[in-house]
Amino acid sequence: MARILTMRKALSEAFHQVMAEDPTVIMMGEDIAGGMGAPGELDAWGGDLGITKGLIGKFGAHRVLDTPISETAYLGAAVGAATAGLRPIAELMFVDFMGVCFDPLLNQAAKFRYMFGGKTKTPLVIRTQFGAGFRAGAQHSQSLYPLFAHIPGLKCVIPATAYDAKGLMIAAVRDDDPVIFFEHKVMYDEVSDDVPERSYTVPLGEANIVVEGDDVTIVAIGRMVHFAIKAAKQLAKEGISCEIIDPRTISPLDEETILESVERTGRLVIVDEAYPRCGMAADISSIVAEKGFHALRAPIRKVTPPHTPIPFAPELEDLYLPSPEKIVAAVRETVGAAQR
Amino acid sequence: MTADSIYAITMPKWGMAMEEGAVVAWHVEEGAPIAVGEEIVDVESTKAASGIEAKQAGLLRRRIAEVGDVVPVGGLLAIVAGAEISDDAIQEFLASFETATAQSEAVDSQLPRRVAVGDRHLNYVEQGVGEVPIVLLHGFGGNLNSWLFNRPELAARHRVIALDLPGHGESDEKVGAGGAADLAAAVLGIMDALQIGRAHLVGHSMGGAVAIAIAADQPARVRSLTLVASAGLGPEIDGAYISGFLAAKRRKDMKAVIARLFAKEVMVSDRMLEDLIRMKRIDGAETALCRIAESFFPGGRQIDSGLRAALLGSPISYQVIWGREDGVIPWRHADGLANVATLDGAGHMVQMEKPSAVNRLILDFIEPLGGMVEPATPT
Repeated sequence: MARILTMRKALSEAFHQVMAEDPTVIMMGEDIAGGMGAPGELDAWGGDLGITKGLIGKFGAHRVLDTPISETAYLGAAVGAATAGLRPIAELMFVDFMGVCFDPLLNQAAKFRYMFGGKTKTPLVIRTQFGAGFRAGAQHSQSLYPLFAHIPGLKCVIPATAYDAKGLMIAAVRDDDPVIFFEHKVMYDEVSDDVPERSYTVPLGEANIVVEGDDVTIVAIGRMVHFAIKAAKQLAKEGISCEIIDPRTISPLDEETILESVERTGRLVIVDEAYPRCGMAADISSIVAEKGFHALRAPIRKVTPPHTPIPFAPELEDLYLPSPEKIVAAVRETVGAAQR
Repeated sequence: MTADSIYAITMPKWGMAMEEGAVVAWHVEEGAPIAVGEEIVDVESTKAASGIEAKQAGLLRRRIAEVGDVVPVGGLLAIVAGAEISDDAIQEFLASFETATAQSEAVDSQLPRRVAVGDRHLNYVEQGVGEVPIVLLHGFGGNLNSWLFNRPELAARHRVIALDLPGHGESDEKVGAGGAADLAAAVLGIMDALQIGRAHLVGHSMGGAVAIAIAADQPARVRSLTLVASAGLGPEIDGAYISGFLAAKRRKDMKAVIARLFAKEVMVSDRMLEDLIRMKRIDGAETALCRIAESFFPGGRQIDSGLRAALLGSPISYQVIWGREDGVIPWRHADGLANVATLDGAGHMVQMEKPSAVNRLILDFIEPLGGMVEPATPT
């Protein structure tokens, strides 16, 4: 019954199950098996953070393709394979490296269904890691998902729990459209919860109401969901009841759940780890300002990093990120309880 | 002064996951008299919320936990004793209390297990000891936790097996045609696997229909039948509950559906609703549930598969328990049957809304039939 898994194990289980159920599922990526020609076990490494360990032994090198270091090449190959009847899962280590393969993604995969009048499916999953807090510097710590949510035709998934990670991954693989699956590198071991052993899907486009509350709606994405939960516990002691919404997929975005919540609470705080300009916090803020303005009783507040590159110095990186304390302060302001 | 005349009200254990519970509200002041069956305190776990009823009359001598306190399972909430018991005796009882809980907690320490029955795996939980076990069969959309408030009390005196029917809980989604015969075969399969020759079957709603089907087909395997708000006894059923349960994809939709099961606006916890939604997301679960619904309740009516006639013609002792405010299956289906008990203030989930009364009815009915093991006398 209750079976607690880390997000790492939950994702790994999802890969084992989808590859076992469907022989057209293949996997491609750098170092997803052995890595750097290292001697010893074939799957000694299993991805830069070990998520794909064990797959090559079970499903063979013809389904688990350890690629050369050319994102442009294997991402293009994955898009092609998807249109030709396979269901590739391509791993692109860090989202920061995505720039070199924008064309097959933004101009090809995202457009095929539309341009070919629905006659072509592109059942592709691209896994990529994002997020700061890993002491990895400005080029390995970004949360670049708003770039992809901007493109119609791409689905963007960001799980916040191990349960959601497994169910959303299985749903992503079975989906006939290109899905980019964003995994926060700090959350693989930081997050663990109850995960069923059997296969299941969590639908794409359905937000999760993590905690129900009455006074203020907090929309939080990825790791920020857990920061929001901490903040809500603190605020509950002060008599402020927070409703926390995790969109789970930022494209499609479950606007309805967010608007319904704001309709009741009249207040909105959005917590996002991505840059603030043209980001998800700005996007959700604009949707609520446009469609839920009549319900708002206070200005919308955004809790995001400043609009700067991510600092490498650990102290500055911690200061840069949103925190439970910053969320508490923002909520207090929206309910008029800020210290004067 | 015997310890028997002092009674401890403790934090119950509702299912294996429950480690602690919070005190939500007290209904009785310290020093006030209480009657058997009176609700004393409301308690909430992450999975469920319910009142705790007095099992012994007396005065509420001590309220140990206050509202908002989180108390571990088995922890002391209050002391009930007659006015003649001295404060010293109560102090003594308090001092000796810790050792007593350690022993009683073992009753519900069993984890659910999966057992292979034919080509499928079925999930069950087993508690307690006794000769002729009690087998608990939940209704449509339920699981072994439908008996959360009944298992501990029954298991204190009997061997109790609660199972997840096929297509429900942690059991496999292979349901065959999804009819009473298919589910009955699964129950008999678990009984075979656990080497249970005969059992007291207690079935709620659709589980009641399954119990009657077993009794009709394999009477030698059934010592008695307790039919709780049972299906199979008449044509009506709340079709909106069945279709609503099948359609619900989100907690808020499920909440409205589950509310139909209860007489009172009960505290249906988010966790309970989330568990139901999660169950439905498992591959094949929705198909399995649809097939079962079509077999038992086609077009929002109960199928007549001759179960009522089979019950009336059966030599097996049975009793019928119903909530007077059942909005899913009318309690009038009990008309013309023997050993009928109807309970006020309870809806379809009568065993959850009136657990003490239902437990008492079950024990009073089955114990004269034999198969009970005397509980060890505390020394």
